[in-house]
Amino acid sequence: MSGLDAMVSSRRGFLGLAGGSAALLALGSAPAQAARVKTGAKIVILGAGAAGTALANRLVDRLEGAKITLLDARKQHLYQPGFTLIAAGLKPVGYSISATKDWLPQGVTLIEEAAAEIDPVARTVTSAGGTVLAYDFLVVATGLKLDYDAIPGMSLDLVGSNGLGSVYAGPEHAAKTWAAMDKFTSEGGVGVFSRPATEMKCAGAPLKYTFITDDYAVRKGTKGKVEIKYFAHNKAFFSVPIVSEKLRMLFGERDIQTAFDHVLIALDPGKRIATFQTPEGTKEEGYDFINVIPPMRAPDVVRASGLSWADKWTDQGWIEVDKGTLRHARFPEIFGLGDICGVPKGKTAASVKWMVPVVEDHLVAQIEGREGTQIYNGYTSCPLITRIGKAMLVEFDYNDNLTPSFPGVIAPLEELWISWLMKEIALKPTYNAMLRGKA
Amino acid sequence: MKDLTFETLLAVFEEIFGFGLFWAMVAAAAMVTVAFLYVLIRDRNLESRRLVRAELLAPIGAFAAILFVQAMTSSGFRDIGGPIDVIVLILIGAAGAVGVTILAYVAQALIGGPQRR
Repeated sequence: MSGLDAMVSSRRGFLGLAGGSAALLALGSAPAQAARVKTGAKIVILGAGAAGTALANRLVDRLEGAKITLLDARKQHLYQPGFTLIAAGLKPVGYSISATKDWLPQGVTLIEEAAAEIDPVARTVTSAGGTVLAYDFLVVATGLKLDYDAIPGMSLDLVGSNGLGSVYAGPEHAAKTWAAMDKFTSEGGVGVFSRPATEMKCAGAPLKYTFITDDYAVRKGTKGKVEIKYFAHNKAFFSVPIVSEKLRMLFGERDIQTAFDHVLIALDPGKRIATFQTPEGTKEEGYDFINVIPPMRAPDVVRASGLSWADKWTDQGWIEVDKGTLRHARFPEIFGLGDICGVPKGKTAASVKWMVPVVEDHLVAQIEGREGTQIYNGYTSCPLITRIGKAMLVEFDYNDNLTPSFPGVIAPLEELWISWLMKEIALKPTYNAMLRGKA
Repeated sequence: MKDLTFETLLAVFEEIFGFGLFWAMVAAAAMVTVAFLYVLIRDRNLESRRLVRAELLAPIGAFAAILFVQAMTSSGFRDIGGPIDVIVLILIGAAGAVGVTILAYVAQALIGGPQRR
């Protein structure tokens, strides 16, 4: 072994130890090792994203003889927390892309088709190819639909040109967004940032990208000719009041203009005009760069299934689950997992990490004929990047309480390098370990 | 915060570095440690001349470690935001310093042969 190898190994080893253990503690739980339960149960998991994959890996460890089938048409697994880093020019497109099947355990069946119909009364799911799957337990982990069609004028084909960005659309679009943002921060002009009025995944992402864009303008020395505007959809910058106040201060410090009650409803990409709905009527904003984040809703197949709330989020269709157990309110053999759940918070990968053991517990308990005990408390974590190199590790629950994993050490509302290190190096490994059911 | 097990920690490290690289590094670290113990036992003490020479490299190891981490993470000294950041910086520097010192000592001891009395 050469000297250099040893030096690198000790340094990288330490780096990994520090970062890895920190991220683990922040996000972590470990599988409960119990004797495997024998069962012939037919379990169908709709969606092989972060939630479906993590649960499949854990159920295989817990159940013996269960017939587990996953349905997902997407062959690529997308590491969505990486989109912001791609759109910041820090990671290549491939950083967020892997193959769905590579994460799944032996002994489960993956049908590479979307679900076309869910019949919760007959307890069947029909795939797009016409295969009818009967189930004893159904886990709905479809994720959500980015409803770009709800913004007239918006076209994903145009992302990357004419100052149009959309980080959420996928890794390629995130890279194109970076090209547009890079150009904007070099040339100057008006940057427009907002978020949709629906529930959304990772409510911190619109804010992060605003701060990152501002940071690039500062680094390039173009801050003087760059004007950045953030439009909140309601009267807060973040659903957790104490975080919203901190953001108000940060926007002030960075000289970022803000406005409340603005919802993006239309776009003219040619003329570079964004139209917002405000309490005073519609309002047009010219831009040189915009990050479009569309409304988010349950996929059509879920909305057509009758599983959604009848009296809440009626325009969005999130499914009616108990917010503690994630079990469906009307069909006890159905669970929700991840973004699709109609719960007040928790559309992040960190939430998935905490939801998966809960669903696993209640599902396995039901097979054994007992009651599950684990409860999801709404835990969500967001490494809120405030500039390249710094982030705030914001963690909170259903009650808007901050739930720091390292109280007194990593302050949740402090912009820290360690929180950035966790986002940059330790988050993806922790996420991957979660996918494998090991964290 | 839920349970943190050793197995979980290992799984995360395997993900950070890749299975092969992680265990190769563990093996490399173990080999250097064994070699260090070997020369300690062989020489029956730490030879001060070699140790002092090795320690001369410690500051270089410390700075190299810090700059390496910063380069790997697109960050710099301006990003130090609170006490924990300073502590992490010191720990990274200390790890680099200790690692390089031990490595340099072992290398000298192995190349130079047993201590002359």
